[in-house]
Amino acid sequence: MSVTTTEPHDHDKQHDHEQEHHDHKPSGIKRWLYTTNHKDIGTLYLVFALIMFFIGGSMAMVIRLELFQPGMQFVEPHFFNQMTTVHGLIMVFGAVMPAFTGLANWMIPMMIGAPDMALPRMNNWSFWILPFAFLILLLSLFMPGGGPSFGWTFYAPLSTTYSNDSTALFVFSVHIMGISSIMGAINVIVTIWNMRAPGMNWMKMPLFVWTWFITAFLLIMVMPVLAGLVTMVLTDKYFGTSFFDAAGGGDPVLFQHIFWFFGHPEVYIMILPAFGIVSAIIPTFARKRLFGYASMVYATASIAILSFLVWAHHMFTTGMPVFATLFFMYATMLIAVPTGVKVFNWVATMWRGAMTFEVPMMFALAFIVLFTIGGFSGLMLAITPADFQYHDTYFVVAHFHYVLVTGSVFSIIAAVYYWLPKWTGNMYDEALGQWHFWCSLISVNLLFFPMHFVGLAGMPRRIPDYALQFADFNAFISIGGLLFGLSQLIFVWGLIKCARGGVKATAQVWEGAEGLEWEVPSPAPYHTFDTPPVIK
Amino acid sequence: MAQHQFLIGKLWLVTLAMFGFGFALVPLYDIFCEVTGLNGKTSEVAATSENAVIDTSRAITIEFLARPNKDMPWIFKPEVHRMTVHPGEIHIMNYWAENPTGQMIVGQAVPSVSPGQAALYFNKIECFCFSQQQLAAGKNMLMPLQFYVDPALPAQFHTITLNYTLYDVTQAWAAQQPTQDNIGE
Repeated sequence: MSVTTTEPHDHDKQHDHEQEHHDHKPSGIKRWLYTTNHKDIGTLYLVFALIMFFIGGSMAMVIRLELFQPGMQFVEPHFFNQMTTVHGLIMVFGAVMPAFTGLANWMIPMMIGAPDMALPRMNNWSFWILPFAFLILLLSLFMPGGGPSFGWTFYAPLSTTYSNDSTALFVFSVHIMGISSIMGAINVIVTIWNMRAPGMNWMKMPLFVWTWFITAFLLIMVMPVLAGLVTMVLTDKYFGTSFFDAAGGGDPVLFQHIFWFFGHPEVYIMILPAFGIVSAIIPTFARKRLFGYASMVYATASIAILSFLVWAHHMFTTGMPVFATLFFMYATMLIAVPTGVKVFNWVATMWRGAMTFEVPMMFALAFIVLFTIGGFSGLMLAITPADFQYHDTYFVVAHFHYVLVTGSVFSIIAAVYYWLPKWTGNMYDEALGQWHFWCSLISVNLLFFPMHFVGLAGMPRRIPDYALQFADFNAFISIGGLLFGLSQLIFVWGLIKCARGGVKATAQVWEGAEGLEWEVPSPAPYHTFDTPPVIK
Repeated sequence: MAQHQFLIGKLWLVTLAMFGFGFALVPLYDIFCEVTGLNGKTSEVAATSENAVIDTSRAITIEFLARPNKDMPWIFKPEVHRMTVHPGEIHIMNYWAENPTGQMIVGQAVPSVSPGQAALYFNKIECFCFSQQQLAAGKNMLMPLQFYVDPALPAQFHTITLNYTLYDVTQAWAAQQPTQDNIGE
C-alpha cells in the first residue's frame, strides 16, 4: 500500500525546517486569500455556505411572502420565477455542496492522520473561484430583463428559446461552480488515496471519510456532464446549434435525459456525506461502536452505483414505453434497500446505548426520523402511476425539502455543533443550541409537512398564485418558513458566541468520541499530524 | 508528489471522458430512439410494400396534423384530418403547401408519431419529408405521402397520430449550393 510511510527521517528534517516558516502565516485578509491550509480553507467554505444559506433563504422568504395569500400581491410572476430558480441554484451549489466541502477540508486530513490536503494550492483555487461564480449569478438578477427564471433544472426550450440574455451569465457561473467542485473532488480522492496514516487501511477509515470518497467519485463523473449540458444550452442559444431544438433535428426530451443523468447522482452528492456525519455522531452519543460498519460502506457504494441507473424517474410523464418506466420504477425502489440498511444500522447503534442528548445528537436524531419521511415520500414518487398525480406538485417540493433541509442541512448543522469545540477550542452554548434545535424542528415541520397535503390536492409548484382552497395551508407554510428562517439566527448567534469564547473544550470534547481528530488538542493547532500518527 | 501526479492525471482523464460522454449522449440518444422506435421517430428511409397481407379484421384511425414552425411563413395543412385504414393497406395522403411570401423558400418537414411505440409500425413508402421541398414566391403544391400500417401493430393501438412540423431551411439549403450560377434557375 502506498501510504506516507516513506523516509520518516527526511520528513522530520523538512518538517523542522518548515515549522518556523509555516507558522509565520500572513495576517489579515492576505492570510485568507493566499492560504493553502486545509483548516483555513474549510473555514472559508463553511462561512461562504452560511452566507449563501441566508441569501438563498431570503429568496425563499420572497416566495413564501407571495404565496402567503392567494392572488398576486407583492412580486411579478417573472420575478417570482427568478426567485424559485436562484433559490434552488444557491441552496444546491452555494450552500449545501460548499458546506460539505468545507467539512471535508477541515475533517478528512485530521481523520486520516494527514498533515493537509494533497493539493493545497489547488484547494485555494477551488474555493476562491466560488464567490465569483455566485457574484455573477446574483448580479444577473439586476440585468435588464432579470436573471434566470427557468427553474434550477433549466429545461430546454425554457433556457434556450425563451430565456433572456442573463442565460450566458448563468452558464458561465455554472461552469465555474463545476470546475470548483471537480477540483475539490480530485483533491479529496488524492488525499484519501495517498495520504492515510500508516495502518489506516480502507476498512478502518471513519465513515465520513468513506462517504466523501464515494461522493467525490460521483462529483468527477457527473459535474462534467452538467458542464457539457450548459455548454449545449449556450451554443443552442447563441451559436446556432440545435441540440434541443426540433427545428434542427434536436430533441428537448434529450435535455431532460442529460440533465437528470447529472441530476440524480447530484442528489446523492448532497446526502452521502450527511450519512457519514450521522454515522460519526450517533456512536459518540450512544457510547457504542457503530453497528454494521462494513455494511454501511457497501450500502454507500451501492447507492452511488444505483444513482446512475434511475435518472428517468424524474421524467415518467414525458411518455416512456412501459418497459422503461418499469425498469426505472424498480431500480428506484431498490435504492430503498441500502438506505434502509443505513437507517436500521443507526437505530441498532442506539439500541441499549448509554445515550445523551446534546445538540449534535438531537439534530442527528431528527435527521434519521425526518430524512426517513423524505425517503418514504420518495418511494411514493417512484411508483409510476402515482407519480402522474404527484408530478410537478407541492408533494415533490415537500419530498425534496425533507431530504435536503431536514436531511442534508440538519446533518451539516449537527456536524458544526459536533466539531465546533474542536475548531474553536470552546464549547458552544448548550442552552442556545437546544433552543435552536427545538425552534428549527417545530418550524421546519410547519413549513414542509403541509406541502404534502396541498401537493396531493393538486397545487402545482413554481406558480405564484393558487386556488382558494389551498389558502389556509399556504398561510401555515409561510409562517413556518419565517419561523425557520428566524430560528437560524439563533444558530448564528451561537456560532459567534462560541468563536468568541466559552468553556474550554478538552481534546476529546465528547465522552464517547473516538477517532484521530479527537486526539489532537482543542482548538486544533494550525498544523496537525506533521508526523503521521501510528494506528493500531 | 509523483504518486499524486499519476492519480491526478487519471482523475482528470475521468473528468474529460465524462465531459465527452455528455456530448456522446446526443448521437447515442438518436441511435437508441431510431433502433427502438421510441420517442415517435419514424424511419427516415422509404419502406417497401412487400407485406401485402391486409388485415381487414381491425381498423386503425390515423389522425393527420401539420403545422409550420413559427419562423416558417408557408401555409401547410393535410387534405383530410383523419382516415380509417386496415393494417397492410397502402394509402396516399396529400398535404397542401403554399408559399405566400415574395421569395423562394425551402422547407423540411419533420414527422413525429404518437403514441411513440407505434412509430415503428407506421411505414412510409414515399414521403415529401424524405427530402427538402422548394416553393417559388407565391406558388403552391400538393405533397404526397404514401404509407401503410404494419399488420404487426400491437392490438392496444387503435389510433395513430402523425404530426408534421415544417421548418424553413432556406439558409442551410443555400449554403449547400456551391455553384448556383452555373446551374441557373
